[in-house]
Amino acid sequence: MVSLSDHESTSRDKQPESTAPAPTVGDRWRALPALVRFPLAALAAFAAILALTSVTGPTGDLRIGSVGYYMLAIAGLQLLIGYSGQISLGHGAFMFIGAYTMALLVLNQPALPLWLNMIITVVLSCTAGVLVGAATARLHGPYLAGATLALAVGLPALTVRYPELLGGSNGLAFSTRGAPASLAGVITNTQWQAAAVWGTTLIGLVVLATISAGRLGRRMRALRDDEAAAGLAGIPVGRTKVIAFVISAGAGGLAGACQAYLLGTATPSSFTVTLSLSLLAALVLGGLGSMWGAFFGAVALVYVEVWGEELAHALALDSNVANNLPIVFFGVLLILVILVWPRGLHGMASSLADLVRRGR
Amino acid sequence: MRSRIAPAAALMAAALLATSCGGAGETQEGAAADLDVAPGVTEDSIKIGSHQPLTGPAAPGYVHISTGAAAVFDYINDNGGINGRQIDYVVKDDAYDPARTIEVTRELVHDEEIFAMLGGLGTPTHSKVVDFLNDEGVPDLFVSSGALMWNQPDKNPLTYGFQVDYTKEAKIQGQYIAENMPDAKVGYLHQNDDVGTDSENGLEQYVAEQRVAVESYDSGNTDVGPQVSALKEADADVVVCSCIPAFSALAMLEAASIGYEPQFVVSTIGADSATLQGLLSEFAAEAGQDDLPAEQMLDGMIYTGYFPSVTMQNDPWVQLFSQIYEDHAEGDSPMTNTTIYGMVQATLMGKALMEAGDDPTRQSLIDAVHEQDLTGPGLVPFASGEDDHGGYSGAQVLQYRAGKEPEVLQDAQVTDNAGGEITEAEVDRPGPDEFGFHDE
Repeated sequence: MVSLSDHESTSRDKQPESTAPAPTVGDRWRALPALVRFPLAALAAFAAILALTSVTGPTGDLRIGSVGYYMLAIAGLQLLIGYSGQISLGHGAFMFIGAYTMALLVLNQPALPLWLNMIITVVLSCTAGVLVGAATARLHGPYLAGATLALAVGLPALTVRYPELLGGSNGLAFSTRGAPASLAGVITNTQWQAAAVWGTTLIGLVVLATISAGRLGRRMRALRDDEAAAGLAGIPVGRTKVIAFVISAGAGGLAGACQAYLLGTATPSSFTVTLSLSLLAALVLGGLGSMWGAFFGAVALVYVEVWGEELAHALALDSNVANNLPIVFFGVLLILVILVWPRGLHGMASSLADLVRRGR
Repeated sequence: MRSRIAPAAALMAAALLATSCGGAGETQEGAAADLDVAPGVTEDSIKIGSHQPLTGPAAPGYVHISTGAAAVFDYINDNGGINGRQIDYVVKDDAYDPARTIEVTRELVHDEEIFAMLGGLGTPTHSKVVDFLNDEGVPDLFVSSGALMWNQPDKNPLTYGFQVDYTKEAKIQGQYIAENMPDAKVGYLHQNDDVGTDSENGLEQYVAEQRVAVESYDSGNTDVGPQVSALKEADADVVVCSCIPAFSALAMLEAASIGYEPQFVVSTIGADSATLQGLLSEFAAEAGQDDLPAEQMLDGMIYTGYFPSVTMQNDPWVQLFSQIYEDHAEGDSPMTNTTIYGMVQATLMGKALMEAGDDPTRQSLIDAVHEQDLTGPGLVPFASGEDDHGGYSGAQVLQYRAGKEPEVLQDAQVTDNAGGEITEAEVDRPGPDEFGFHDE
């Protein structure tokens, strides 16, 4: 992430000087094909995460990891809502599927390596996405939102229906293998876990970014802007919608698997409707229509609460107020950002960057 | 020579690959943590942590546990602290979400560097951090839940239970019903998690032949109409309710609205009369009934208890706690049994810390927990020995009387959570003045 923004800022720094038509670093960067550009950016981001986790403690590692999986889930939602224009209020259900798949695999098939578990999770949650997506392809707007909401409400109840397999309302707990012995002393277990989550997230993001930059992404945006026009232009409306749903379900499932792996648990009370709504709120807060929005949204989701708690602590408020301050803080931030910058934190960042550029 | 090096190198490479790509669930056992350390202890303070649901679905009611504990610690600090050290009690909100519990517990252990954990609340939540706390060598005292899993000294040597576990309590309820109401038809109403299964295991040992219905509810669904109707259909004269407070109240209201008047027998987790009264009035008001005689509705309710309830105003511990609550608790909500629950936990913690010596380490705290009789304010013996981490080991059977002290129907009994007998408890209950830190 950090290095990606560095690249952009380098381009901006050089723009005023380069009156000559010679291409700048930024232009050359943007001229690279997506299949080269995104993996390179992901590698740079991965290096930045490794550097970051080497200076943070175990709690910091956990939070950085949480930003990772939330970002993946929100990015999947971004593809669905921001690009293809379908609203899902039930994305937590796919995280639920992913988390329980990971938990059951680790508990019942401990010999399977992590990467294989992740692949199985993606396959399963995509299958769930096909089923749900096919069933809801004819619905749009509030009807689709309602149908997906029902999924988010209903699915966690499965754990109570099958308590032997899914652990009932207490959920499943397990521990996963930490850093390999050959790396002992170099990186800690929590660093290893944060790196594994971010590795998965970045691979997922590269896939999502490549899709949205390509033909499928173009079709989705056409669909979002005018479904009838897109249909007349020969875009298969139903199929594109279902594909968008399936991809975002896969991203949600993978995010759930990362969460389960990071925390070592899958519990129904983590996958309530509140989670689905928080993901949507974070997406809107971060900014619709750009993968950067997912990053800002995920950071806000994890850190606003932490800052709110610190603020409450610093103000020495009455406990009833202090307990609820972090939630209020998030709400107020959401309202303010939407009022001032309707394009979210990403919109704010780019308009600030514009201001700086014009100020030069 | 060369022909041997190549396979050896290949073998080593394969071994390296195999270890680095090993199964995600294959974990190695780490070495036991060093307990001769004292993080969180300074010249003049000791840091104690806890995770509690301060917001979210479990917050109403349970939020007062930490209020009570904080008031007791404040009182201890005002009286000079423990061996000259002030107690710094840090409560983190987990909103009853296990994912948050994991985060805040790591924060408490790594960033706040707490000396010990006190009364982490909830089975779904705390079960996810038990391994972590034991691996990190953090004493995990007096978990706020009646699940059986806290009492596993071999697996979790540093985790100690607090409240009487659900099976022990249900056995005592079952025996009381079998002996005193042998002709009654009994129905169970319980939560569909370990509260339900553990309670049923206990009840079945005594009232299996009298049982006519077993109904369960999900804590996410507040409609208990079908369950209560089914109990009425089955003609149950006695309903054993192993429910959290909200669902005890809902069941009573539902029964009243369909003209069904069974004898309710409620477990401690759902029998806090002050909380129940509040909930009954609240739910009735939501349904458009403002003048519900909540106190009269509870009159006659049979319940189990293992520490004195707030209505026992002659009890020296309740008198002390009321005084502490008045002087030190923040907020203006009335004191309830839930508050006393937190106050008892804090009292036991204070006692254990005091006995851990002038230079406490985690090991000396654990030793103190093992050696001391921590019954304290409780009405039944407290098990915290090396081989039994069960906490309060039995219960009294009481009956609520509107506007009066509750009537003790059966004195404290103790038992185990398997098929063991129920026996009379022998309690040597110290008064507050014998407990040490209360000398002014």
